[in-house]
Amino acid sequence: MVQASLKAKRDGVGYRTKVPRNVNMENLQNGYLFSEISRCKLQHIEKFPNAKLISLGVGDTTEPLPDIIASSMAEYALALSTPEGYRGYGPEQGYEALRKAIAESFYKDISVKDTEIFVTDGSQCDITRLQLVLGANVTIAVQDPSYPVYQDSSIIIGQAGNYKDEALKCRNIEYMRCSPQNNFFPDLDTTSRADIIFFCSPNNPTGHAATRKQLEKLVEFARNNGSIIIFDSAYASYIMDDSPRSIFEIPGAREVAIEVSSFSKLAGFTGVRLGWTVVPEELLFSNGFPVRNDFDRIVCTCFSGASNIAQAGGLACLSSEGLKATESMVQYYMENARILVDTFTSLGLEVYGGANAPYVWVRFPGSKSWDVFSEILEKTHIITAPGSGFGAGGEEFLRISAYGNRKCILEASRRLGSFFS
Amino acid sequence: MSLLQHLSTTISSSSSAFLVHSNFNSRTKNVSLQAKRNSIFKCVAAVPKESQTAYKTNVSRNGNLAKLQAGYLFPEIARRRAAHLLKYPDAQVISLGIGDTTEPIPEVITSAMRKRSQELSTLEGYSGYGAEQGEKSLRAAIASTFYTNLGIEDDDIFVSDGAKCDISRLQVVFGADVTMAVQDPSYPAYVDSSVIMGQTGQFRKDVLKFESIEYMKCTPENGFFPDLSGVCRTDIIFFCSPNNPTGAAATREQLTQLVKFAKDNGSIIVYDSAYAMYMSEDNPRSIFEIPGAKEVAIETSSFSKYAGFTGVRLGWTVVPKELLFSDGFPVAKDFSRIVCTCFNGASNIAQAGGLACLSPEGLKAMHEVIGFYKENTDIIVETFNSLGFNVYGGKNAPYVWVHFPGQSSWDVFSEILEKTHVVTTPGSGFGPAGEGFVRVSAFGYRSNILEACKRFKQLYK
Repeated sequence: MVQASLKAKRDGVGYRTKVPRNVNMENLQNGYLFSEISRCKLQHIEKFPNAKLISLGVGDTTEPLPDIIASSMAEYALALSTPEGYRGYGPEQGYEALRKAIAESFYKDISVKDTEIFVTDGSQCDITRLQLVLGANVTIAVQDPSYPVYQDSSIIIGQAGNYKDEALKCRNIEYMRCSPQNNFFPDLDTTSRADIIFFCSPNNPTGHAATRKQLEKLVEFARNNGSIIIFDSAYASYIMDDSPRSIFEIPGAREVAIEVSSFSKLAGFTGVRLGWTVVPEELLFSNGFPVRNDFDRIVCTCFSGASNIAQAGGLACLSSEGLKATESMVQYYMENARILVDTFTSLGLEVYGGANAPYVWVRFPGSKSWDVFSEILEKTHIITAPGSGFGAGGEEFLRISAYGNRKCILEASRRLGSFFS
Repeated sequence: MSLLQHLSTTISSSSSAFLVHSNFNSRTKNVSLQAKRNSIFKCVAAVPKESQTAYKTNVSRNGNLAKLQAGYLFPEIARRRAAHLLKYPDAQVISLGIGDTTEPIPEVITSAMRKRSQELSTLEGYSGYGAEQGEKSLRAAIASTFYTNLGIEDDDIFVSDGAKCDISRLQVVFGADVTMAVQDPSYPAYVDSSVIMGQTGQFRKDVLKFESIEYMKCTPENGFFPDLSGVCRTDIIFFCSPNNPTGAAATREQLTQLVKFAKDNGSIIVYDSAYAMYMSEDNPRSIFEIPGAKEVAIETSSFSKYAGFTGVRLGWTVVPKELLFSDGFPVAKDFSRIVCTCFNGASNIAQAGGLACLSPEGLKAMHEVIGFYKENTDIIVETFNSLGFNVYGGKNAPYVWVHFPGQSSWDVFSEILEKTHVVTTPGSGFGPAGEGFVRVSAFGYRSNILEACKRFKQLYK
């Protein structure tokens, strides 16, 4: 039996079920951006096995967890083998203590209740859970450029129509161009109405943190159009000036917005897996039904809660010692960002971001971003992220992540300096 | 004990406590529970009156969610339990409803998770994003532990945060335009996720079924295996063995029939083997023991009920390379894409625990814990047998399926709760053919199991 199926694999001819492939999956662009980058990385390693590759592509945290957070998880894990410490299923919405700590730490003066907070295994997963809530029959708007998951999840769920490779756009998605010309905030006067508006600030990939005025405009736009904003604040802890850290700082946002956030970049939890989503009580569908109730139903039916050990870690992050320690880590990465910004600036290049986010957004006028990506990889052994991977508005740009060990960042700066001069 | 253990006073799975706000002390070894009363917020099932004048967005509610009849079954059970505790604050409530593990996790496993946690604070030990499909070593360990000689390779295995989550991810892969069949009764997540995806029509109150779902009746009369000659073709067939809730384990012959049925119809079986290690009899533990299954089946499983990982969150799904859509596209490729876009992998700490579970010492320890729950099951089976009930399940699964002919299962559930303070699960919550049955879960402290059985004997003598 095994022989026969191996043969089938080789010949590419095998039994086929009669189950039709999901048309939405066919509509997806061939490669997911970060998988494509990984593929290029592996190819490069094979070609240059002795090269000291520096990864400034995928925004993956590199610094070890602060002791207080790691030991809290260690302690919690070990206690699971005792009668007093053992826990089975937790509430799917997350432990109350953690929800309360999140409310207290991030939403103290803007009255988000712990009952409006859902603890999860991360924003990427939450975006899909939100899409399951919303269903196939809503329209979306995204920033251009933006984190690919908003668009991809929209295609997968059936909202977006098919993806046109050449145009880097989907038929049914409203793209809100964010460029240096408009201070990385879309011209809402020329933006068509969409049911859902995905908005990320500080922005991945451009690094721009929207101002209070800009977010007020956005909330007003949503309100006038009866739209729902899905506000991605995963990088809020990187804001260095007084730009808003939460959409709920804007009056009226509670009735029009959901906020998605994460411990990934805040605390180095990219592998530990912990995040949260805020769905305010006041957010209602057109028939008056609370969005929160449907999100809760999805969370109870399609999910079983974040790992209890990760939640213990989250709670430790939000202790005063934990907050200090994570703040240090953020500062470390932001110092990396400053070094990269200085490097590119001194080379006479157009540089954006890097001030309120761990991403530097560099413009190469007239170039194709994958070409710049490839050339830099080939000549300096540095992996970056081509801007067009984030949308048509990213063409000509390169995203450089500031996540890395200081030594690597300095080495990368040196190599880039040599290469460009 | 860590901060979270001190502060996590909500009872496990009390998602009822979310929309209905209440606080409880966590269990101690003794049977009683103290309910701390807090303010209660009414569970919002209908549109609240005040929102009729409140600002509403212009976004239409997803019609699929509107088709769902009530909350997901287990939060409903938790709500009833919470309400009961409010009514009888001094009652010693015993939970044999939601199948939640109660025994501590063996130390060989927790110390591995402790070690991994500590390592994350070191330069050499820190890791960020892992492969979304799971760590190579764990995928390999799963393959070699559960699928030796079945031709399942490491990269056919996708590590996840649990079977329930995987079921929804599979539904996202399949999309709205496929039809599905479920056993009746069955684990509610299959039907609910199907409704959410838009695969079904409306709920028919007359027959208690969703339009477009094929319900395959599993009753004592047919030995809890559906009469496939009477089953219409569907694209997807959900099948769980050992079964939740009936406890039935399909035989090799039955599964061979099922695989043939799928092959003849060009269908895909989603085989839920979350309870395979509870099998006492000589039945297949994996669908892939059946020749030809790799071309027609996906298998999903979990560490939840083997290692007490219900809170830790770890499971896996096997999608063989040979499984192809009608156009020849490999299902595994689409599942991998979903896993990369809609998920970011199971927690690295949980995965370290999973690897320890599959070490020789870990496997031995898991078998011991499973053995403990199986003894609980025997006690419950013996009790109901001695009371003259027709009792099913319990041999190959930690669930006992008790027949109360002619009675409404919610009424039996309520009577048992009211009179004995024991929480069970009404069979109709698993489908119309569950009517007249009650599922009693065998997860619990031995003292609670014995006490519950004592109370059953008093009620039904």
